[in-house]
Amino acid sequence: MRDGQAMSRETLINILLAAALLALPFVAIAMEEPFYITLATRMAILALAAVGLNIALGLGGLISFGHAAFFGIGGYVAGIFASHAFNMEPMFSAPFEFSGSDQMPVIWLAAMLVSVFVAIPIGAISLRTSGVYFIMITLAFAQMIYYFAISWPAYGGEDGLSIITRNGFPGVNTANPLSFFLLCYGVLAVALLMFWLIQNSRFGAALQAGRQNEQRLAAVGIAPFRIRLVAFAISAAITGLAGALFADLNRFVSPSMLSWHMSGELIVLIILGGTARLFGPVAGAVLFVLFEFALGGITEHWQFFLGLILLGVVLFARGGLIGLVAGKARHG
Amino acid sequence: MSTALLIEQILNGLQFGVMLFLMAAGLTLIFGVMGLINLAHGSLYMIGAFACAAVAAATGSFWLGLVASLAAAAAAGALVELVVIRRLYDRDHLDQVLATFALILIFSEGTRWLFGSFPLYLDIPSALSGAVQLPGGGRYPLYRLTIIGVGIAVAVGLYLLISKTRLGMRIRAGESDREMIAALGVDIRTLYTVVFALGAALAGLAGALVGALQSVQVGMGEPVLILAFVVIVIGGIGSIKGALVGAILVGLVDTLGRFLLPKLFAAFMGPAQGATAGAAIASMLIYIVMALILAFRPKGLFAANA
Amino acid sequence: MKKILAASILALSMATSGMAYADPLKIGMITTLSGGGAGLGVDARDGFMLALKQSGVKDIEVVTEDDAQKPELAVQIADKMIQSDKVDLLTGIIWSNLAMAVVPNAVAQGKFYLSVNAGPSALAGAKCDKNYFNVAYQNDNFHEAMGNYANTAGYKKVFILAPNYPAGTDSLNGFKRFYKGELAGEVYTKLGQTDYAAEIAQIRDSGADSVFFFLPGGMGIAFMKQYAQSGVETPVMGPGFSFDQDVLGAIGDAAVGVKNSASWSKDLDNAANKKFVEGFQAEYKRLPSIYAAQAYDTANLIISASAKASVKDADAFRAALKEAKFDSVRGKFKFNSNNHPIQDIYVREVVKEGDVLTNKIVATSFTDHEDAYAKDCKM
Repeated sequence: MRDGQAMSRETLINILLAAALLALPFVAIAMEEPFYITLATRMAILALAAVGLNIALGLGGLISFGHAAFFGIGGYVAGIFASHAFNMEPMFSAPFEFSGSDQMPVIWLAAMLVSVFVAIPIGAISLRTSGVYFIMITLAFAQMIYYFAISWPAYGGEDGLSIITRNGFPGVNTANPLSFFLLCYGVLAVALLMFWLIQNSRFGAALQAGRQNEQRLAAVGIAPFRIRLVAFAISAAITGLAGALFADLNRFVSPSMLSWHMSGELIVLIILGGTARLFGPVAGAVLFVLFEFALGGITEHWQFFLGLILLGVVLFARGGLIGLVAGKARHG
Repeated sequence: MSTALLIEQILNGLQFGVMLFLMAAGLTLIFGVMGLINLAHGSLYMIGAFACAAVAAATGSFWLGLVASLAAAAAAGALVELVVIRRLYDRDHLDQVLATFALILIFSEGTRWLFGSFPLYLDIPSALSGAVQLPGGGRYPLYRLTIIGVGIAVAVGLYLLISKTRLGMRIRAGESDREMIAALGVDIRTLYTVVFALGAALAGLAGALVGALQSVQVGMGEPVLILAFVVIVIGGIGSIKGALVGAILVGLVDTLGRFLLPKLFAAFMGPAQGATAGAAIASMLIYIVMALILAFRPKGLFAANA
Repeated sequence: MKKILAASILALSMATSGMAYADPLKIGMITTLSGGGAGLGVDARDGFMLALKQSGVKDIEVVTEDDAQKPELAVQIADKMIQSDKVDLLTGIIWSNLAMAVVPNAVAQGKFYLSVNAGPSALAGAKCDKNYFNVAYQNDNFHEAMGNYANTAGYKKVFILAPNYPAGTDSLNGFKRFYKGELAGEVYTKLGQTDYAAEIAQIRDSGADSVFFFLPGGMGIAFMKQYAQSGVETPVMGPGFSFDQDVLGAIGDAAVGVKNSASWSKDLDNAANKKFVEGFQAEYKRLPSIYAAQAYDTANLIISASAKASVKDADAFRAALKEAKFDSVRGKFKFNSNNHPIQDIYVREVVKEGDVLTNKIVATSFTDHEDAYAKDCKM
């Protein structure tokens, strides 16, 4: 099934990567560079969003160019809940009165539920198509939501929505950067575990089989449509959760979280790290944030060099960073 | 609302559609022949506009600028094909998306590096300024009529090229069966470079022609790119006919939506509220239309090759 | 004798510098240096740096970084500048949505923020802060001035349009706040739209006696070019953003004669402005825009405040900022209770000087104008 040595090498890299990301904030404290905690948190959250996308894209071969929609929806759930809780205005009064919440567990649950709720109709329509049509129809749905958010004045439109104080979590002081990082890191770990479980489940096997040979899957009596729809919804839920965390990290949410650039960036993270690999999104997010941060400090033409680096990766490091270090890709 | 205004708006929609076709033609050609998703198509459009503006400013002639835009975009296209794109044909769409996304960053920042941060000046040639009398009393800008003409010429030209010439025969062969064309002894690498350069030149031409109506600035290709993708996806990827129909459909839907929806909403919600609500729906309209079409015809209106 | 004089000057300068610039001041400048909006950020940065260079102060250090016009990136850079670079003061943001992302967090951490351009209404009203100073304008101001001017110019039926986003609706509301005539039409366009044929057809059909539009950046350039080509003769007016030095070159002669509003113009007759315009041309080989002027004023305000108080003494530094004792290129400058300017707003006309398009002042729309949100600001 798998080449044993490459497998163990990849596992080793995964462990190193996880340890390095965990260690970064503590190094930051030792170096008295608290900003690196923010940077590490950003890495963890973007990795989480990409882990979500990786379920659809990596396992299912569903190249969604519209996952920013779920990222932004999660962000707006956090922003809207927090602003209602802060102002003590009811969001709706029927069937029961609800005034938002500034508690992360409530927000996370809502972010995931709303993402799933939006993902199911989008997926149901989009999954009728395939290939480039799928890429573009997911983009179309994200663009609809983007333009809606820009012109909808109730929650700030293009100006966005501020979260005055970071939402809370029972027993954790989320205002402390390290605590918030650990919280995000924990969520990321759970998501990675979930990805691994899916990857190795019967459901995951069917999903990956559908990527390679649809006819065979249909022949053994499995409907690829339903499996893909479920995968798309799970994928959306995780990306939505990441969006809620991202809003809390920035204490701000705006339509730019919904833009097609964001969708593109999420895809870039996955390919940069290694498509369909468990830790691909983590490696990609770590690398991308590092590039963005380091280059931005050096030259105002940083995007030029970022482009060159990305181009180099795609041309010469097939299978992304993890593929480069761990050897040949294990597709399937 | 008068009938004359409605007719003018329909003409505007057609004209916008033809403009979109100019941008979409090259994109759909490249996809049809090489199966490549080229996100950097908008950058080639930008290169055409910048080349035209720079040469027009230096020589005072829009027409020289137009020639320069074709040359610069074709050269940039050929270069990109030789250095980057040809390594991507046998990759999946994901790698193509990432590589051409990277090219956008390189081209955008590179252009700003070269030309500075301020928008460039590019005006329509004086021979094409002014408006002409339409039958029925309306007046319409000559330059926009010219764009409609160029768009039709490009559509006809591409049709003739593909159905009547040797190059076209090879392109058709390449679309349907890549192994066969290689077996026929056609140098497929050169063919691909030529097709990519042709597609790039079309993007550059569009950039120069439309740039004279708009703002020649870094990033001008991105909104256009998204619209061009909407067009070719609606039309059926790889189909020139589909791109034309898709472009005109998108042009009409967008223009008439912008014009009519706010009026419709104003009737229910009052002028200020209706104007914003109508505009909001209008900005989402083409994506709604696209989703509807794909929901019923998952391969677009004119699926070229299965 | 000479020696003694030199020594005493040295001692004097040491004394003043020892007193006034006891602590170095570190400024974080977040602005847009890449993408389509880079021209505004580049001008703001250059204007700011020119003021520092001309003043010769040595104790002010500036770190600059590009936000690429992305709110999330701006937030990240602000965090970095506060936590890692340990800046005392932030400035430089051009766009309202980026300001809304950065400013509330920065001032909540006790940093100063001085706006060189963006002036969203929330930060002028309910969300104002004692550490937030806007040296430019409140977003509505220029539009209000144009509404007021439309009355004096005798327009009775104006067609108004703006993009469909908060700054766009604010703009048209600002115009309507002062304009007394009727509207020939009110249209909201798509943000980033590049073809305006449909809107221009509506303008022609509406029988309007004038057009007011707010379409920042490339949108305004596209609109003006297409408007001129359409042959519609109805006069156009707008806020200064669509007719400033950064975009006039791209619009070309189509802009000549257009009336627009701003708090500054190249031809404002005062010594500070003369020094600024000449210095800017000598340094950067181009004419300055209003973004450069506002940033230049911002830098001079900071220099004046830091000469009076150390930034480490926040209360004293804040009081020194609020006094606004510096030579503004706008001739006069003072802060309202909400730390936003009280200033004159002029009507300018686009003219051609030789080959170069620029503006000249033709009227004053408001004298000592305040924004509409100051009453909501409690601090």
